[in-house]
Amino acid sequence: MHPRTTAARRRAGAPFLCALAVALAGCSPERYPQTALLPLSDFARIGDHVQDQTFYWALGVFVLVEGALLYSIFRFRGRPEDPEPSQIHGNTTIEIIWTLIPALILAAIAVPTVKGIFETNAIPKGAMVIEVIGHQWWWEFRYPEANITTANEMFIPAGRTVELKINSGDVVHSFWPPRFAGKRDVFPGRETRLWWKADSTGLYPGQCAEYCGIQHARMAFHVRSVTPQDFEAWIGHMKAKGPPKPPAAAAPAAGGSLRTASAGAKVQGARDSAAAGAPAQGAEYAAGEKLFMTKGCMGCHSLQAVGAPKGLIGPNLANVGSRSHIAAGWLPNTDENLERWIREPQSVKKGVLMPNLGVTVEEARALRAYLRAHQ
Amino acid sequence: MATTALDQPHAHAAHAEKTGLWSWLTTVDHKRIGILYGATAFFFFLLGGIEALIIRIQLARPDNNFISPETYNQLFTMHGTTMIFLAIMPLSSMLFNYLIPLMIGARDVAFPRLNAFSYWVFLLGGLFLNASFLFGAAPDTGWYGYANLTSRQFSAGPNVDFWNMGLQVLGVASLAAAVNFFVTIVNMRAPGMTMMRMPMFVWMSFITQILLLLAFPVIAVALILLMFDRFFGTHFFIPAGGGDPLLWQHFFWVFGHPEVYILILPAFGVVSEVLPVFSRKPLFGYAAMVFSGVFIAFLGFGVWSHHMFTTGMGPIADTFFSLSTMLIAIPTGVKIFNWMGTMWFGSLQFRTPMYFAVAFIAMFIIGGLSGVMHASPPADLQQNDTYFIVAHFHYVLFGGSIFALTAGAYYWWPKMFGRMLDERLGKVHFWLMLLGFNLTFFPMHFVGLNGMPRRTYTYPAELGFTALNQIETAGSLLLGLAFLVFLINVVRTSRGPRNALADPWNGATLEWAIPSPPPEWNFERVPVVDGRDPLWEEKRKNGGRLPEPVAGTGAGIHLPNPSYWPLVTAVGVTAVFIGILESPRWGPWGIIVAVALLLFGLYSWLFEKGYSEFRTPSHGGH
Repeated sequence: MHPRTTAARRRAGAPFLCALAVALAGCSPERYPQTALLPLSDFARIGDHVQDQTFYWALGVFVLVEGALLYSIFRFRGRPEDPEPSQIHGNTTIEIIWTLIPALILAAIAVPTVKGIFETNAIPKGAMVIEVIGHQWWWEFRYPEANITTANEMFIPAGRTVELKINSGDVVHSFWPPRFAGKRDVFPGRETRLWWKADSTGLYPGQCAEYCGIQHARMAFHVRSVTPQDFEAWIGHMKAKGPPKPPAAAAPAAGGSLRTASAGAKVQGARDSAAAGAPAQGAEYAAGEKLFMTKGCMGCHSLQAVGAPKGLIGPNLANVGSRSHIAAGWLPNTDENLERWIREPQSVKKGVLMPNLGVTVEEARALRAYLRAHQ
Repeated sequence: MATTALDQPHAHAAHAEKTGLWSWLTTVDHKRIGILYGATAFFFFLLGGIEALIIRIQLARPDNNFISPETYNQLFTMHGTTMIFLAIMPLSSMLFNYLIPLMIGARDVAFPRLNAFSYWVFLLGGLFLNASFLFGAAPDTGWYGYANLTSRQFSAGPNVDFWNMGLQVLGVASLAAAVNFFVTIVNMRAPGMTMMRMPMFVWMSFITQILLLLAFPVIAVALILLMFDRFFGTHFFIPAGGGDPLLWQHFFWVFGHPEVYILILPAFGVVSEVLPVFSRKPLFGYAAMVFSGVFIAFLGFGVWSHHMFTTGMGPIADTFFSLSTMLIAIPTGVKIFNWMGTMWFGSLQFRTPMYFAVAFIAMFIIGGLSGVMHASPPADLQQNDTYFIVAHFHYVLFGGSIFALTAGAYYWWPKMFGRMLDERLGKVHFWLMLLGFNLTFFPMHFVGLNGMPRRTYTYPAELGFTALNQIETAGSLLLGLAFLVFLINVVRTSRGPRNALADPWNGATLEWAIPSPPPEWNFERVPVVDGRDPLWEEKRKNGGRLPEPVAGTGAGIHLPNPSYWPLVTAVGVTAVFIGILESPRWGPWGIIVAVALLLFGLYSWLFEKGYSEFRTPSHGGH
């Protein structure tokens, strides 16, 4: 995979936009991890290509028309005592010309536009399906083929087309991973689709782009694009995170799931606890596990990747320990941040649906240790 | 010139100007109502500007806590709602009111009391909307209030209801005014002023009234459906009950896109008046200007879904709305070229109004070009709902509408108040505004394309948006300063002498043929028009400037009586919506009382003696 070269080859518009921006702030898209100007997928490149073409036309028109305007300001400046200029009322020929020229330019823009519309709407066959569910204010990602669920950090295999089936659990959102694709709105009760084939590995930010309530600004996520081998390994890793053993009785009440029972049964026995695969980590870990069960965390969060119930209020935490960010993709996942987030979510992200549960500093440390082990 | 004035033997002295609060509360004079519109709208403009400055301060640093997320969400909602419905639209209404009768040679609008009613409803609607701040419940779902965030489930408080009812009230004002100006322009033009001799401002205003008449009922219906969802448990926009949030988006933009032209067409009209006068040359391509305006308005109803490309409408709908949007660029381009054609070979007089008018062209070009960029769905999928869009519509609405309206303010100020605004301060205002505007909004193109979505109360430092946001904030402070200079200019001018001649700019249209400010009856004799630019024709025939006109006595001229029933009825209309808002607490009683008041006002209005007999010097209202 040589993503940067492909991307760099094809970024005609970015240098130009940047040249203009340099005058303002010394900008360059490389400084902006969430930029839409450095596409890393076939889908994003379609839009970028159209944008470049319209931009060059717009730039040409801008220079010519503003230039003519500036010229006329200086050339035709008069004094009050000057004689009255000749009273021209119009000129049909000129008016026809300057009606036709814009029409031709628009036709030149319309051709790649319409081509781009049909290309972006044609979802390639055989794509790997990922279900995206927008929630106030986090993202749920489900992989139906592997029957696993995660949140706020979407794993994708580079070089393979993914098809997103997008729904909302509450209000209208918009899913926007700028490096890979433009926005696709997220509706309750109406599935929308988006697709792309990433040509780059790495961790790339995205965020909700339709105002969806108090924490719209902090409804972010990341796309982690990995090699196909790494992706398979990750799927295998996640598949080991099934439902806990019966006595834990931790199946969350809300939402329920059709999948929990059957899918969970398949992998049952392959694990010893909710933190399957994670090494036992002593007293803090054990205390954290107990707190997780007793403090009410289980009411909204699931720790199982396989057969996790759909429609929970809170994000799936099966691999929360390894995510780059917490609190929906914007707060770096440090121990300090994680503890603070557990202790006082309402001051970290005001209005979020997770209440302050009166977790003490010690309890937060234990919960952090427990969650950190969920890699 | 023809005359309808009957010389009454007892008409001998100039009619004394009525003053005092009561005279303003009961006025039906289109000029006074225009001034009321202007003052109120400018107040709301400053309010919306202060909201914007608070927004900019919050965004000056990443992860800033200057204001809370709730406050931010209320401010961006109220900023947009205020600037659109309470500032730009009523500033245009100020010009409609003040200028349309003067430009077409009429003594008032067709329905003077309805005109007063429109103003009072607008004022009360604006106050109602902003009263939400007093209850800590300002609207917080954005100016286009997308369903189903606006449902009771996700917005339990009265915030959305304030927005819903407030817009309904304002819609009543707009519709009543639109009927009024439509009829006025169709019926009350002076003899000889055919449609194709109307000043371009009147033409653009005429088209705007048609847009208002066709677009506002759509939003009224949508708001009623939303009200039903919120108060009576229907499910028009709620998926759990079989409704569809997407339906709201269609409703809203069927109104919302023509609304954009409602905001910009009057500005086109203003610039089309200012440029010829300061180029000393007639408007280039009058007919093309008229028909491009008509074409823009017509197409404006067929492009609404370009606001919704990201909803995934499929390739056919995307193609249709993309191409229809691009088509609008053609008549818009024609307008820009015709303005430049007006300046070309002219003798440009760079007075303050001309500065703003030329800057309008320069800024509007940028807004138009970025508009063409997101007419293309594959590109718009990235641009939509980012600061790129915020940049675009501010180049259209600020760089376009506000620059043009400011040109109009400097241009018509002497006519309205009999005083010339200071030229030097005017130019300071201009340069501060041009610089501040571009510093604020130009970087938004880049920060948007580089990944910053709109309507976010903050951003993390790691996304790299800080530097550009700081430039924007600095620019916004300059913008604030620019309007401070304008305020100083206004205050200083109002203390100065009445120094304006009837025709200070060598105007081409009829309003410059009468004294500044005009007498209550406008024209002592109704003018007869035999061409475009009637005043220039008159001056040419006269071989130079005309003698300073006299107001006359107004004797023998029919004018409507002052009336307080429009105000009472307007209070009734607003009270109905307050009654609905409070119906969970008051039951139906608030609504019943309000409707009774409304009917009482209407009844008294209908049976009031509306017109005085012939005006006499002793006649002074009630």
